[in-house]
Amino acid sequence: MKLVFERSVKGRKNDFIPKLEVEETVLPDKFSRKQELRLPEISQVDMSRHYTELADNSFGVNNGFYPLGSCTMKYNPKINDEMTQLPGFSQIHPMQPIETAQGSMKIYHLAEELLAEITGMDAMTFQPAAGAQGELTGIMLIKAYHENNQDFKRNKIIVPDSAHGTNPATASMVNYDTINIPSKENGRVDLDKLREVVGDDTAGLMLTNPSTVGLFEHDIIEITKIIHDAGGLCYYDGANLNAIMGTVRPGDMGFDVVHLNIHKTFSTPHGGGGPGAGPIGCKEFLKPYLPNYHVIEKDGQLVFDTPEKSIGQVKTFYGHFAVVLRAVTYILFLGKEGIPQASQTAVLNANYMREQLKDNFEMAYEGPCMHEFVMSLDTLKKETGVTALDVSKALLDNGMHPPTMYFPDVVKEALMLEPTETESKETLDKVIRVFKQIHEQAYKNPQLIKDAPSQTLIGRVDETTAARNPILTYQF
Amino acid sequence: MGNYNYIPSSSREQEELLEILGLESIDDLFKDIPSDLKIDELNIPSGKSEVEVRRIIEAIARKNQVFTSVFRGAGSYNHYIPSIVKQITMKEEFLTAYTPYQAEISQGILQSIFEFQTMVSEITGMPVSNASVYDGSNAAAEAVNMCLDKKRKKALISGTTHPMTIETIKTYCHGMGTEVEIVPTINGQTDLDALEEMMDESIACFYVQHPNYFGCLEDMESIEKLVHASKSKLIMGINPMATSILKTPFEYGADIATGEGQPLGLAMNFGGPYLGFMATTEKLTRKLPGRIVGQTTDKHGERAFVLTLQAREQHIRREKASSNICSNQAHCALTASVYLSAMGPEGLRDVATHCYSNAHYLQKELAKISGFDLVNTSEFFHEFVTTSPIKPEILNQKLQEKGILGGLPIEENILWCVTEMNTKEEMDTLVSLVKEACEA
Repeated sequence: MKLVFERSVKGRKNDFIPKLEVEETVLPDKFSRKQELRLPEISQVDMSRHYTELADNSFGVNNGFYPLGSCTMKYNPKINDEMTQLPGFSQIHPMQPIETAQGSMKIYHLAEELLAEITGMDAMTFQPAAGAQGELTGIMLIKAYHENNQDFKRNKIIVPDSAHGTNPATASMVNYDTINIPSKENGRVDLDKLREVVGDDTAGLMLTNPSTVGLFEHDIIEITKIIHDAGGLCYYDGANLNAIMGTVRPGDMGFDVVHLNIHKTFSTPHGGGGPGAGPIGCKEFLKPYLPNYHVIEKDGQLVFDTPEKSIGQVKTFYGHFAVVLRAVTYILFLGKEGIPQASQTAVLNANYMREQLKDNFEMAYEGPCMHEFVMSLDTLKKETGVTALDVSKALLDNGMHPPTMYFPDVVKEALMLEPTETESKETLDKVIRVFKQIHEQAYKNPQLIKDAPSQTLIGRVDETTAARNPILTYQF
Repeated sequence: MGNYNYIPSSSREQEELLEILGLESIDDLFKDIPSDLKIDELNIPSGKSEVEVRRIIEAIARKNQVFTSVFRGAGSYNHYIPSIVKQITMKEEFLTAYTPYQAEISQGILQSIFEFQTMVSEITGMPVSNASVYDGSNAAAEAVNMCLDKKRKKALISGTTHPMTIETIKTYCHGMGTEVEIVPTINGQTDLDALEEMMDESIACFYVQHPNYFGCLEDMESIEKLVHASKSKLIMGINPMATSILKTPFEYGADIATGEGQPLGLAMNFGGPYLGFMATTEKLTRKLPGRIVGQTTDKHGERAFVLTLQAREQHIRREKASSNICSNQAHCALTASVYLSAMGPEGLRDVATHCYSNAHYLQKELAKISGFDLVNTSEFFHEFVTTSPIKPEILNQKLQEKGILGGLPIEENILWCVTEMNTKEEMDTLVSLVKEACEA
């Protein structure tokens, strides 16, 4: 594919704005740019074709099955996008008088009501821009709480070894040390190990439930109690909420703070890497620490409030409004019946796939699983030389996105599949067939799998050279 | 179990699945969840049809007032978004993709990011850019992070910076245990004497916005000399629209350029999602946070793109990572690059020239009304602060009734903003309404 710069022809331009109606003011020379500005000069028709080509060479949920474990790639309803295009939302200036933006405020307020109920929390903030920023904000609330209690010795965050990489990175951003605790054979948190590491230096625990290996921590009440008894707080990583919505709530499991990945659970498109949104919820006692711009009702009007001991703000303005609006649209459509149904179907689909694949592929843990499951291709690798990466690349030739590879770290040659609720039985059956064929092929002709993909636009890429000699911009 | 809400399989099919699993009911799959934790029902409304949902959301949108003419900026700018930008960015392949982990089926997304990186590099003049961060304030906070080391643990921020950017930097720095000091303001610019006095060997970096919060241009040459004299890093926050005609961060010798990409084709959207961009020198490349796309070859030797330099990230470094950013603003970055392709260099400079000239026209017309004097005498781009003989809120109330969003009240003064969207007629109307309000 040509780069947009390679389609550029000097002198081509588009007329979008009218001629200047006032006298031109000339910028003093000392301020003016001397460096050349090499942007594409391209006609609209060529632009249309260029980006259509890029779209054709991109793969989204709308192109095919996308069982990327822990990423919950469900169908993104079209009405959600359409609602964000309403001028009554898109043309609202963030600094216009609050009485003229009551509609936008209502969306935040409604989102808080709905999501607080779904998570079992007392308050929500929508400032965080993504799950990882939600984590950071949540851990900052925990830190602010301890500091407010003059409890400065708490500098450790406990994280299971299977946690998302963002958890320890988040802890380090607030100067906390991470203590990794191993999981047991059955994939669950080792309670004895947990008891060993908690103490008066424990600031908190970061955990997702179901865990990153797709299992529900049945001892969760005991886990959160151990932390609370030691004076720490419990943080819920919402990455896997899709498994349990409407069945059980983080707030009822003993968690004090939770973040949500709206682009996962609440069907907002992820746009090739963002924007998502990472609202956090908290229990009443943490409410005074919430970031600025918490929406409250005052004298019959919705206004922004700065909580009394606020940690400040984590970004400009109030949050990813258009992303939150999509989530609200989605929740209103599903309602109290549809929300748990989505979760139940996601879990059913995952278990069905797991059951159908378990004779060929080794499952890392005993079932049933929640909305995702982990396979270990270690035996396959030993017997055929075919790795989890090879299998993933072979899946590309079959019109699907591969599962999450090599995660969690604790499972060798891991593939983590999350089919979600928005896939039909036919799709699941077709994918099961593909997996079985690849498995068979791995024994018959492993080289074929190792050479995959062969039907994609490009073959396997040289990642090493890319990292060693980085070329990060077009060389004009 | 029923059969609606984006779930394609029918109840019959779902029963079939249960049967194959040898289960009586779906509850058997949730047996790991202690029963006393399970809830009976969520206390939210029942599900609705699409028509009903649409009516509800549209009714909420009507509670907002859409202003027909906007003279307010302060971090969110009303620019024209060409139709082609909206159409292209709504393509479902772009919208519904995840982070491009699988290069072979993600060349489109990867290439669009590579093109974005190149355009950011062109706008800022800096050689290296990342694939975006959450917004301009986060770009500033992450840039401060990049500059810290064992000896230099203090950051200086100009008081002329957008207040929300200052707040965001402070929050991030509090977490890291980094000390932040604000450099005082004089005549709408950074106070250079104060900056000189505050500069020393403990200072990791100085962040300055240009044009700044008050719309003013800073004396960047002097700032650069002061900052580099004590071997600190210079972080320059820019408006990407302005920099098509203003000297680039590279030309001023900045170490890191950051900014808010919203002016490049993103709707105001009540503040989000927006787009943070970051660009830097080759020397600091490996300190850049977030995703980066690099060019390489595939096994046939053809040009290909891939996520690269990931060792810096949470995937590998985990607890050693200095940033936890994972999701970025890829779709907003795509929007910005489609916008920049549509405008081209000439189109972009044209918009910037409109902003600059229109703003100066309005300022001169307002100055003819007694009591609307320019507060700062320094050069400005498309925002400026004037005094107001009547309370700014009262003035704005009157404008609001005519569908005009007036300037932002800052204490007793007003921060006005003018873009290419404001016609001469609109500006003249504004001036006569302001005059009327003052005489009333």
